[in-house]
Amino acid sequence: MTSLTVRKGRTAHARNLTLALAVLAAVCAASVALGSAELSPSALIDALLRREGAEGVTAIWELRVPRTLVGLGVGAALGLAGAIMQSLTRNPLADPGILGVNAGAATGVALAFAVFGLTDLRGSVWFAFAGAAAATVLVYTLGSRGYGGATPIRLALVGTAADAALLSIVWAVLLLDSDTLHRYRFWSVGSLAAVDSATLGQIWMFLVAGAVFALALGPALNALALGEDAARALGVHVGRARLLAVAAVTLLCGAATAAVGPIFFLGLAVPHIVRALIGPDQRWLLPYSMVIAPSLLLACDVLGRIIVRPAELEVGIITAFAGAPVLIALLRGRKRVGEL
Amino acid sequence: MTRTLTERPVKRFTLRAGGWSYLLPLRAAVVTCALVVVTLAVGVVSLGSGDYPLSPAQVIAALTGDGGTAGQFVVMRLRLPRLLVALGVGAALAVGGAVLQTLTRNALGSPDIIGLDRGAATGALLGILVLGGGSAAIAGSAVVGGALALVAVYLLAFRGGLRGARFVLVGVCVAAMLGAVNAYLITRADLWSANQAATWLVGSVAGSRWGHVAAIWIACGVLLPVLAAMSSRLRLLEMGDEVAVGLGVRAERARLAALACASALTCVAIATAGPILFVALTAPQLARRLTGVAGPPIWASAAMGALLMVVSDLAAQRLFGQAQLPTGVVTGAIGGGYLLWMLGRRRTA
Repeated sequence: MTSLTVRKGRTAHARNLTLALAVLAAVCAASVALGSAELSPSALIDALLRREGAEGVTAIWELRVPRTLVGLGVGAALGLAGAIMQSLTRNPLADPGILGVNAGAATGVALAFAVFGLTDLRGSVWFAFAGAAAATVLVYTLGSRGYGGATPIRLALVGTAADAALLSIVWAVLLLDSDTLHRYRFWSVGSLAAVDSATLGQIWMFLVAGAVFALALGPALNALALGEDAARALGVHVGRARLLAVAAVTLLCGAATAAVGPIFFLGLAVPHIVRALIGPDQRWLLPYSMVIAPSLLLACDVLGRIIVRPAELEVGIITAFAGAPVLIALLRGRKRVGEL
Repeated sequence: MTRTLTERPVKRFTLRAGGWSYLLPLRAAVVTCALVVVTLAVGVVSLGSGDYPLSPAQVIAALTGDGGTAGQFVVMRLRLPRLLVALGVGAALAVGGAVLQTLTRNALGSPDIIGLDRGAATGALLGILVLGGGSAAIAGSAVVGGALALVAVYLLAFRGGLRGARFVLVGVCVAAMLGAVNAYLITRADLWSANQAATWLVGSVAGSRWGHVAAIWIACGVLLPVLAAMSSRLRLLEMGDEVAVGLGVRAERARLAALACASALTCVAIATAGPILFVALTAPQLARRLTGVAGPPIWASAAMGALLMVVSDLAAQRLFGQAQLPTGVVTGAIGGGYLLWMLGRRRTA
């Protein structure tokens, strides 16, 4: 693995990334073109170019384009956040949810439905984001109190414990109030169906800020992968790098989960897939994850729209079903697994 | 994953009898005994509380057979089965979790991570939605689902031997797929079935009968001693296969045996009470921190799990007045909260 990575120069990476971007563009095009309203290619181009009067203009500009853009943003965010979490906690099982993001968002949404009487999924974005942010702050504060700051095992354990405590609150709320359960179960699957351009407007700033933080972290995460002492010797400010990483994950994953509900598998699987393809260099892992994750998410979304037309399957379900076999096949193909 | 090492050497007593000797780690023994005592005390309180309150003395009188007919009926027929099931399920889940965390060498490697719980849940959901939701149908299909999920993970991860990291990751993949199936089934169910499913998915010991008690206690009685006897080999496996093989452990065989025992224990517990959340994850971690020994603390985990369940069940019955919550709701809050507090208080993880 290592020798392969060393031989691959920047040009090879540039070529591969271009290829991945081309795939992403193709998937985006498919996401705009395919859906329950069938449009001929000419009608499609008409609708895209002339925004007035043509057949399907509403379907394209009100539904599919925002949906594709949100999928793009959410996918990239989850891929990035997953890659950062696995490096930060040095645990191949870590997904963005381990900081309590998903549980926090779920608590926010359940309380919004039960206590504040919210009836629509669209209004839940801010509650979800507030919950996610609060949970992460709690986990990070508790996780960094002991000796040596927020060590990987502490973060993972505190995150899981917070997860346990928060999800208990969610279940208590759901079981005492079946109306809330009724609304919550549709949120908890994770779906792009309910998003519109307003959703995009609510989350894009967080996604951009998170992505900037994340991409700036690559070299520091590389050094952290060697262990704390080595990283410190190489001039990395360990505490600050960890804090930045947590901030990036909160922004990215919190906004993504708030927008579309929890999509569990993507953040876990994509970094593993990328690492199997290109090796463990964080500087490349992050951009690759950022391109491959939205391709996977949007492809799954398109698939979900097609296979049970005119109904649709939620993207969270398809992502797990399409992604898991890929990851299993990759894992079976490798002699050693799990090293980061 | 890194493991916590104790800074001070562990104090031990050597027990000798004839040609047999056993090194007894002192702190672990004291902690386990203390946990058992507290568990029994909470158990007596739990037997005495409810719509027909009894004093601890009356409870003990009823248990020994001279508490009067009413007290006798309430304790022996209604409350004791529930308490015994809670004890057994807590111990079984905690030990299953302790063994799996050791085998996978990962603090997050509990049965719900590797797909066992999700498989059982898929089975139970099908039992509720397709077979109509009788309790025998749910329990049976849960066991079948859990076992199938585990076999699938084992076969998919097996590649001339089983390595911890691959096993866990394949388990996570299978768990993700099954979780998607479960979410799909719940969104497509009618609201009444969804409610029943949600209650089952959280897990509860309400409505336990003596039949449940027999099932879980037989499983514990057979499998706990077996796993305890294996714990020294498991501790060596935790150091890596090379070291373990060098020290005379048949790694693959020991791992398969431990995996089978731990899964059987977990499956029976889930079939009895549903996948009580977070006991398998938190109880072994708490036990490890309290005892400070290396290797899986089997007996301490069992005691911790039982205590967690009994306290949670008591809280679930009494905290919310008329609304009876399933036990699993409270295990997460208490176990997770306690782990958080403990991690926040200690200077080392």
